[in-house]
Amino acid sequence: MELKTIQTPHVPVRYHEAGQGQPLVFLHGAGGLDLDMGFLDALAEKFHVYAPLMPGYGDSEECAELRDMLDFKLHTWDVVAALGLKDPILVGFSMGGMIASEMAAVAPRDVSRLALIAPAGLWLDAHPIPDIFSMLPYQLPPYLFHDAAAGAKIMSAGGDMSDPKFLQGFLVQAARQLGAAGKIMFPIPDRGLASRLYRIKAKTILIWGESDKLIPPVYAQAFQRGIAGAELVMVPEAGHVVAFEKPHDVIRAIARLA
Amino acid sequence: MKFTWFNLMPWPYLPADFRQTHRSVWVDIDSKLFDPEKSHELYNTYIDLLEYAGALGFDGIGVNEHHQNAYGLMPSPNLIAAGLARRTRDVAIVVLGASIALYNPPLRVAEEFAMLDCISGGRLVAGFPVGTSMDTNYCYGQIPALLREKYREANDLILRAWNEREPFAFNGRYTKLRYVNLWPRPIQQPRPPIHIPGGGSIETFDFCLDNTYSYSYLSFGGYVRGKQLMQSYWDRVAERNTPDTSPYRAGFAQTICVADTDEEAERLYAKHVSYFYNRCLHVFPGFADAPGYRTIKTIQKGVLSQYAPPKGGLFPELSWKEMVEGGYIIAGSPETVRQRMEEMIKGLHVGNIFCLMHIGDMPKEKSMYSTRLFAEKVMPKLRNIFPEHAADNRFWCRPMANRVSPGALPTEVDLRQMAGADD
Repeated sequence: MELKTIQTPHVPVRYHEAGQGQPLVFLHGAGGLDLDMGFLDALAEKFHVYAPLMPGYGDSEECAELRDMLDFKLHTWDVVAALGLKDPILVGFSMGGMIASEMAAVAPRDVSRLALIAPAGLWLDAHPIPDIFSMLPYQLPPYLFHDAAAGAKIMSAGGDMSDPKFLQGFLVQAARQLGAAGKIMFPIPDRGLASRLYRIKAKTILIWGESDKLIPPVYAQAFQRGIAGAELVMVPEAGHVVAFEKPHDVIRAIARLA
Repeated sequence: MKFTWFNLMPWPYLPADFRQTHRSVWVDIDSKLFDPEKSHELYNTYIDLLEYAGALGFDGIGVNEHHQNAYGLMPSPNLIAAGLARRTRDVAIVVLGASIALYNPPLRVAEEFAMLDCISGGRLVAGFPVGTSMDTNYCYGQIPALLREKYREANDLILRAWNEREPFAFNGRYTKLRYVNLWPRPIQQPRPPIHIPGGGSIETFDFCLDNTYSYSYLSFGGYVRGKQLMQSYWDRVAERNTPDTSPYRAGFAQTICVADTDEEAERLYAKHVSYFYNRCLHVFPGFADAPGYRTIKTIQKGVLSQYAPPKGGLFPELSWKEMVEGGYIIAGSPETVRQRMEEMIKGLHVGNIFCLMHIGDMPKEKSMYSTRLFAEKVMPKLRNIFPEHAADNRFWCRPMANRVSPGALPTEVDLRQMAGADD
């Protein structure tokens, strides 16, 4: 994929682009795009994929003007406009799914196809979503991956926390990325989406890993209840990062929107 | 020098295996460990100790704010301060402080501090901490990346409320008020002195220098470890060509234990110090620093040593010897303590010392013994370290000259006559 920059009213935005065909915008989760690149490459064989980084992610500029959910969804609409796209297939994973849902709810006539991959944005008291902000890196894999041991290996491949230089880089990245995510997800990833879901008019596919321990599948049903006609695709042997663990299942599900 | 006797008010009944059986003393502390009936005596003893220190000649007695924390029983420091204002006469009431971004609206702090200043006759030393990540983000749900902006706005609101004499509208991002009109108003004009507890961020250094606030470093790491951070503060003071380098621009918290001899100090206090450092400071590292709480600039500046969760938690198990030699604590005979205090005061160039003299599960008698020895045999010898700055009153309270004695209602016998009933 090619990494490019585009100007939006608030901040220059970095985005990955590849492929041909119907335009598709992919919004990443709170962890950024690192785990998504393989999936996006495969997705770009079928679609013209645009994957913008939220301000603060990767090497992109932070944006202090984005403070709340309204800012985030309007900013992401600004990105779509800056890319010159009209009614792209909107795909969002986790935090990105929350933003995509909000975008579709605030501008229902501008989104006709929506794929939500284990989206955040709802809260069920009986099923509290674990607090990723207080988790230490080694605690994350069981919540993210179906195969926690394999996941731990992937995540620890990053570097050694006892090396001060690596640690500093890690902390800066966490402050930038999760700091930005916290504006719409801390301390609870709910900014009132439940009361707006009814506005979504898009044909909607929900995609969920069967063994998602971060946002368990009971949330899929909550989204299904909220969005008229939403279809649910459950992916076996996949955790929260379902597009990483089972990219082709996810792509097949998205392709139903094409 | 200004010495403030500080009590964190720790819960003294944590089990011996707390570290092994519980993940954190803070945020998700096991609430079953709290016994309200035991707290009755505890609160009263702790408040008695503060009053005792006030009577021994300390310049200030200090309280602070923590939430869901087994080493701090003061979610509301102002409640304790109000009691102290009534029961003490001359000592400064140091509230270090109220986390101004946590109050809605923050005007509440301006009001309560004004009340404290009025009740105490102008003895309030105010503190405006941003608050730890544990308190502000994890306990009080503030969004880490927005906390500092909210804090600055709260500071602006409080200062304006104290300063302005006409009602004004405050259109903040986080607080909107149509009629700000403070009532009551503080005795100290234009405002009580303000101290800012900080953890080493450059922005906070600048904030203090811009506003003539005193910067205080309230760690439990002691003066050896505090040296780097305080030095970066004084470097910043120099970099900005600040007109003076008064030591009262800075404060430092230090755990102090005094006994007759060094050996006696270890014998009397070691187990309580160990209780504090090894049980009370057992904080789950995931709560230490929510992403976005600290600014990028601060992380990049490398003021990391204290915050990067080291293996074994924030404070690994330490022996008495390690704690004394590492400067975590200053402990020993009055002469030992005097020497090390002087080394600390000069080394850090600090005029405000927050003396942590009730430690962990220390019984009141030991705390009183240590406190009295410090007040009588150590403090007097440290008074004049900075004679050239003795007149600097920007960072300390300026009480009214004629203060009343609380509890001075007339006796019942004279009541009829005094009320004028016989006229």
